[in-house]
This record gives sequence, structure tokens and C-alpha cells, in this order.
Amino acid sequence: MQVLQGIAVSPGVAIGEALVIDNEGFRIPRRFVSRDVVETELERLQTAIQSVGKEIAGNRDAVSEQLGEQYGAIFAAHLQMLHDPNLQQELASLVRERQCSPEYAVSRVMQRYAKVFESLDNGHIAERAHDIRDIEKNLLRHLLGQRREELSNLTSPVIVLAHNLTPSETANLDPNFVQGFVTEIGGLGGHTAIVAEALAIPAIVGIGQFLSDVSGGEKVIIDGDLGRLILQPDEKSIAGYHQEAEQHRSHAEQLEELQELAAETLDGERIDLTANIEFPYEVTACINSGADGIGLYRTEFLYLGADSEPSEDIHFQAYSQVVRAMNDRSVVFRTLDLGADKMGRDPHSDEDERNPFLGLRSIRLSLRNLPLFRTQLRAILRASALGNARVMFPLIATLQELRQAKMVLAEQMEDLEEEGVPFDRNIQKGIMIEVPSAVMMIDRFVKEVDFVSIGTNDLIQYALAVDRSNKNVADLYRASDPAVLHLIDMTVQGAKRAAVPVSLCGQMSSNPKYTMLLLGLGLRGLSVPPMALPEIKKICRSVSIEQCQELAQRALEMDNARDIDSLLREELKKHAPEIIQC
Amino acid sequence: MSQSVARRTVTVTNEQGLHARPAYLLADLAKKYDAKIEIITDSERVDVTSILSTLTLGAEKGTRLQLEANGRDAEVALTAVAELFEQGFPGGEKAQTTEQK
Repeated sequence: MQVLQGIAVSPGVAIGEALVIDNEGFRIPRRFVSRDVVETELERLQTAIQSVGKEIAGNRDAVSEQLGEQYGAIFAAHLQMLHDPNLQQELASLVRERQCSPEYAVSRVMQRYAKVFESLDNGHIAERAHDIRDIEKNLLRHLLGQRREELSNLTSPVIVLAHNLTPSETANLDPNFVQGFVTEIGGLGGHTAIVAEALAIPAIVGIGQFLSDVSGGEKVIIDGDLGRLILQPDEKSIAGYHQEAEQHRSHAEQLEELQELAAETLDGERIDLTANIEFPYEVTACINSGADGIGLYRTEFLYLGADSEPSEDIHFQAYSQVVRAMNDRSVVFRTLDLGADKMGRDPHSDEDERNPFLGLRSIRLSLRNLPLFRTQLRAILRASALGNARVMFPLIATLQELRQAKMVLAEQMEDLEEEGVPFDRNIQKGIMIEVPSAVMMIDRFVKEVDFVSIGTNDLIQYALAVDRSNKNVADLYRASDPAVLHLIDMTVQGAKRAAVPVSLCGQMSSNPKYTMLLLGLGLRGLSVPPMALPEIKKICRSVSIEQCQELAQRALEMDNARDIDSLLREELKKHAPEIIQC
Repeated sequence: MSQSVARRTVTVTNEQGLHARPAYLLADLAKKYDAKIEIITDSERVDVTSILSTLTLGAEKGTRLQLEANGRDAEVALTAVAELFEQGFPGGEKAQTTEQK
């Protein structure tokens, strides 16, 4: 048994079969073939071995000629490894006797050799593991060829293990089959993590190199609460985790009973508890968990999943579905909040984008790509005719940006009016407060908007100058840093002075630890992932505003995140002891 | 001619141990003989025509290895193999001439 520790980004426990996706995106399912095609499969294996052999021989000759015979000998050794009689026999017997697919056989046998080599003390031989992996890759490339399967075409439940998953790959995971995922790189708060939370599957990122230790089809356990991946689990831990998965379910059922109850504090203060969503289908979960509305609808998935820019109608279809389903409850549409890099097909991604968090992203990208921005705004406006839609601009740093964005919106309204297309003339317009400059200027901003929403993920990274996806500094990313608390405080006070509603929708709102603090700072609107909603509601119902204010006052006077964290934990334990701590 | 068995003990003399090139040369040489040539350790017998198996031994410089050959030309084969060990697996020339066959 081997336990690996990573960064927990989405809670839950799953036990299942590993699906390994290596650096080059090969997917090696543990597949078995029927007895009658064994001979055909063996032929396929032989053909692949012959083809790879030819390639290696070609390399050997070319290298010998250019660099000398000594170097060519490296490939001669590769060739001998490929044609190794023991290897050939092992592969053939896995296919013939155990009816493994050639791909699975290759992956299994080669991984084993690579592991043996790596375990040797002799550094020169240990390095031969690279050669083995090289040969494995070449064989798989030939075997999988055109038939390389897509992650989106799964047919049985798996736990995905990958070096990295792009946000779009994550967004396209089928939650019916993907029980959870673990990646070698990545950090807290990255887009991949947010999508995992939306999919409501346990996920761990930044676990470090481990893919060479697993082969597809092995049973693994993912513990999304503790950020642990367990390889080759023993019977005891399997039984333990089965029990834990059961507990998760029953705890969730208990919280579900809260659905009909309002998020109201002990002293009768009503909290507007809304949900963050990414996909239209999540609306059901929001309604089931008793959300007061959608406080943050991330529209990025439309751009991530598609090959070309989504049309107005595609936007409209998704948006109208959400607005209709929420009936009269509010739906806050956040306009595109991506960097050019994440969209993967934008002409602006170039050398200047080496620092994407400070680059052309979010509202800046929209204002530079007006056709794209107009398309989205038109769709949001059209959806506003069907219910309670609001529009929110992300990453606003200056008043000019806000005014420009509002002007583009006004133009779309005029166009729609001329075309006779219905929309809500009084649609509420808001901004995300996530750049410290917007906090400094909050008194001016609130004069020009109908609402503000604090986006803590970005606010924290810009305030503390920490890239939350960089493992080297991820520990410096602290939501409870006093500077962050004061920024939130300033924003809330500024909004209150102008009687503009203020809410908070970053990941901070979904961690039960911060709920009392946020209420104490004066927030009366929290937007959280649907999964976290019952828990946060439970806390709201267990505390009084007076207690919260006292706590916030004490926290604001403290000097460092560590002291604040322990204070918050202590208070939560006192008032809502049944909440599982994270 | 009847089957014969030959045994001999050799020492790994080259600096980097029984790494890829020595294992390659060993396998290549062994293929020329009818006899099956094996390295015997406490726990296993390794056919030296399998480069991967030889590498798996991870034999360092100074390791003493028990060799056994089984077959018509067992004695000749072992003499050639032992010589390869004694010389510390020299040069790449051998590698190319045999590769051309």
C-alpha cells in the first residue's frame, strides 16, 4: 500500500479502477479481449513491434552516421530490448493466457521493468528505465494509432490519474463515469479545481510525480477530504473507505433536510445564500439544496468545451435554461473570465502572455474582442426577458473599464430594441471586486453599479502577490490573512455607505471556517457551490450576528493568518461542532 | 554430440557495472552459440540473451557472477563470454559487426 499526499480541491471519497493518462495523453484502459480474437490481437502486437523495430533501426543508422558508431549503439541496445525473448514471451502470454489487450499488456510489462530498473542502486542501469518508457510509448503509439480513445467516451466508472488536466479536459469529463481525478501538477483555486467542485467529484491536484507507479486498471482510493491517493490499498483501508463513503452520503442526507429552511441566523437576520455554477445542469442541484438564486454563473465552459467561438444562440440556449429553471430567483451572469491562454485558440496568446494573471484576461480580453463580448451580452440580455437575470463584469480594475463595459452593454440594448427583441431594460449591472485597486476606489464604483460581489480567489492572489497554482508559494496563499480581511471589510463598508448590495462568491465563502467571520464583517449575501450550500446554511442557522460581529472584530485586530485561523476554527467548533473541518 | 554443461565464475570488472552496453554485447555474443548461457544468482537464473533480464540484476563493478552453459558448444561459449567479462566489455566495434548479420 502506498499513500500519496496532494492538495485536496474537491471533497468526497471514491474507490475504483484507475485510468492512467500519461504526459502524451495516452489512455491505457485495462481491457480484455475475447478468446476468438486473441490471434488477431497477437498479430497486431507483432506488427507494432516490427514497426517500432524499423523505426529504431532507422534511428540507429542515422545516428551512427552522424555522430559515430558509439552513439548508434544506444539504439542497437533499444532494438535488442524490444526483441528481448523474455519480453516477447511475457507479452504474448498476457494476451494469450490472460486475454489482456496488447495495449494493456505492453503498459503492464514495461512499467514493471521500468520500476525494477528504477529500484536498482546502479545509477547507470536505473536510467535505462527511460529507455523502457521510450519503447513503451512507441509501441503504444503504434497500437493505439487512430483508435486513441477520447476521455469523453468512457463506458465504465474510473478514477482518472493524469499528469495534468486542462480546464477544458476537466469540463468535458463525464460525471457519470469519472468518480474522481488526481493530477501530478496544479494548485488550489485553479480552474481545474473549480470545475472538479462543480462536477461534485473528489479531486486532488499537485500530488507530484506518481504516474510511473501505477498502471491502468489497478484499484485505487481517492480521499478528496484529506487530499490522499492510496495505491495498492489493503483490505482494511478498502473497508474503511467504503464505510466513509457511506458516512458522506448519510451526512449529506442530513443536510438535505435543511433544504426547505431559510438561511436565517438565530437572531433573525436573513442571509441571501446563493449558488455558484458552471454548467446549466447544476441548476437542479441548486434548487435541491434550497439556493436563493445563482450568485455566480461562470460562463467559461461554453468557450472551453467548443472548438470554435460559441454562437449567440448557443449562449442563449444555456442561459435561458438556467434563468427559466430558477423561476424568479436571481441569476448573476459573469461575463467571460478567461485568459487567452486558457481558450487555447486565441490570436492574442503570444510571448507577452508570460504572466497570464497580469495579462490579457477576463474583462480586458472582452473589451479587446468586442464581437465576442457583444455576442455574450446579447445572449444574456435575451435571457433577461425570461426571468431574473443580472450581468456582472469580472476583474474590473479601473472605472474606465466599468464604463466601457457598460457602454457596450447599452449598445446591445439599443440594437435589441431596434430589432424588437425582448429583454429586461432594467437589468441589474454589477462588478466583481477582485483587484485591490477596485477596493481602494470602492466609493466611486458603488455609485455606478447596482451590486458588487467580492471574488476572493483573485483578490487574495493580487493582494498577497501569490500565484495559487504555484506549488512553491501556494502555502502563502491565505484567505485569512489580515490584509484580505481588511480588504473585504473596506468593500463591505463602502457598499453599505451607498446602500449597494454586496455579496461574496470566492472559494472562501464555501469553507465553513469563514462563515461566521464573513457574516461578522457585514456580508449578507454568500454564493457557494451547490454542494457546500447546506453546510453553510446550517452554520448561518446556528449563530447570531452579534457573535459573528464580535469574532470579526477580534480577527481584524490580529496580526497574522495563523492566529486568525485558529480563532476561526475554535469558534466554529463552539457553535457548529458537527461540521466536518477542513 | 551429446549435451554438455560448463560452469565458471566471473567478476564484473568494468567501471559502470553490467549496464546497457555490456548487457547488449553479452546478449549479442550469446546468440552466436547453440548453448543456453545463464547467470545464476541466489534467487534466479537469467538467460543472457535477454538483455532486460540481465539488466534487472543490476550487477555493479566487483560483483562475482556464476555462469552456466548448457549445450553442444557450452565450453567454447563460456570461454568467449568469460573473456568478454575479463576485458571489461571493450569498444563498440564488436557491436556493429555483429549487428550487420
